Amino acid sequence: MQRRVYADNAATTKLSPQVLNKMMPYFTDIYGNASSIYTEGAKASAAISEARKTIADCLGCDPAEVFVTSGGSESDNWAIKGAAHLMMKKGKKHIISSAFEHHAVLHTLDSLKKEGFEITLLPVYENGIVKPDDLRKEIRDDTALVTIMYANNEIGTIQPIDELAAICKERGVIFHTDAVQAVGNVPINVHKQNIDMLSLSAHKFHGPKGCGALYIRKGLRIPNLIDGGAQENNRRAGTENTAGIVGMAEALRIAVSTMDERGKRLSEIRDRIIDGLLIIERSRVNGDRVKRLPGNVNMCFEGIEGESLLLNLDLRGIAASSGSACTSGSLDPSHVLLSIGLPHEIAHGSMRLSFSDENTLEDADYILQCVPSIVKMLRDMSPLWERIKKNEMQTKGSN
Amino acid sequence: MAYSEKVMDHFANPRNVGEIENADGIGEVGNPKCGDIMKMYIKVDGNIITDVKFKTFGCGAAIATSSMATELIKGKTIDEALKLTNKAVMEALDGLPPVKVHCSVLAEQAIKSAVADYYKRLGIDPEPIVGHIHTEECEHGCCNV
Repeated sequence: MQRRVYADNAATTKLSPQVLNKMMPYFTDIYGNASSIYTEGAKASAAISEARKTIADCLGCDPAEVFVTSGGSESDNWAIKGAAHLMMKKGKKHIISSAFEHHAVLHTLDSLKKEGFEITLLPVYENGIVKPDDLRKEIRDDTALVTIMYANNEIGTIQPIDELAAICKERGVIFHTDAVQAVGNVPINVHKQNIDMLSLSAHKFHGPKGCGALYIRKGLRIPNLIDGGAQENNRRAGTENTAGIVGMAEALRIAVSTMDERGKRLSEIRDRIIDGLLIIERSRVNGDRVKRLPGNVNMCFEGIEGESLLLNLDLRGIAASSGSACTSGSLDPSHVLLSIGLPHEIAHGSMRLSFSDENTLEDADYILQCVPSIVKMLRDMSPLWERIKKNEMQTKGSN
Repeated sequence: MAYSEKVMDHFANPRNVGEIENADGIGEVGNPKCGDIMKMYIKVDGNIITDVKFKTFGCGAAIATSSMATELIKGKTIDEALKLTNKAVMEALDGLPPVKVHCSVLAEQAIKSAVADYYKRLGIDPEPIVGHIHTEECEHGCCNV
């Protein structure tokens, strides 16, 4: 059988068997509605309470500050629209974010723009990191909210969240962070870090899909998301996804308790691949190499197009992703790669590999064995590569 | 989005890849900003395209349509090659996802561009025969150059 290497863990991860075991009884035996008074319901309710406490412990907040959602996109939408509509009543209609947020944030901001909000997107520079000074300059008296992602989903760069949140606290502005890629990979303590709201998604750390959470600081009264029953402290109605919540908490507990060891292991895989592939001529790493998620590799190879690279990787058993236009489903290459200043033709040739607990150094070696020959084969048939080499010769000749 | 087996076959084992050293016509269409460039070389004997090769920078569909287009015109007359539509290339590949239709248009344009170059070398104005070719424009309009 052909070797399969799943290297797209930033897209989603495999559900951990340990997590699945913990979830199973809530599908089979303890199926009661958590709002019911009898034993089956009480057991479900107790499991949810315990799970909420686990999540709160992992984030450094109170259980009453954890609200379960269907995932990262819902959490982002609720946090951003909620804060905007809350502050609008006080005449504040300005929001600051960054140029390379996830679409769950950027498209939410687009919709608020149509409602009359003014949006400022901070630049992220060549290294893919926001500058706190830029935030300081852009905050105004009518700034309602600052929302900056904790770590970027494509290039894995980690933002200076402590500094950004401190500036917001000092200026009395709500600070939200989309931490979907960061949770379980970097130490987080929302209270100590002055974070007002934080989004997370369970399937990014070996938990179930369709389950996420929004931390909302106590006292921050953003409007309710779903009106109905009393679930999630009256703020998001609907019968609880007991198994999902239990699974999310267990996955988060494991992710946080094994963070250090995993960080070391994954950064070794990451660095071996980056160092190994940088030997390829006209290749580059996208985003800061140090302030970076341990499991993220994002590189460009000039003269080739990302989708044909991915398809060839898949033929060799490797699952990866790309920011090329062809894979983004739009006509332009990834907004993230454009935001760090890459020209279109280089951004088209990008490849993202993202690793998890499931990956090994053998995977890294296999990738290092496959990628260079695929890049060479695609370059051999690329008229763009031919053009690049011709220009190179001419430049050399004129020197 | 999924490609047909035929697309994957032509992508994984592209036919007629490479260059023709003393080609009678060379055409190049597309641009790097859009993420696809196709270059086509033809060898013409009398009125017959005796050999054809291609080089492509682009996605899986771009490579597969180039490969299929070269197969469809090899050994054919110039008139027949000019009549090859993007639709015929797509049908031969058992279809393309909607977002990839422009790749087949690019393949059609690449053939026309190579034939136009052939006529130019003979001192014949290609436009009345081949029509206007948008060499630098992309068919999906993302560049608007």
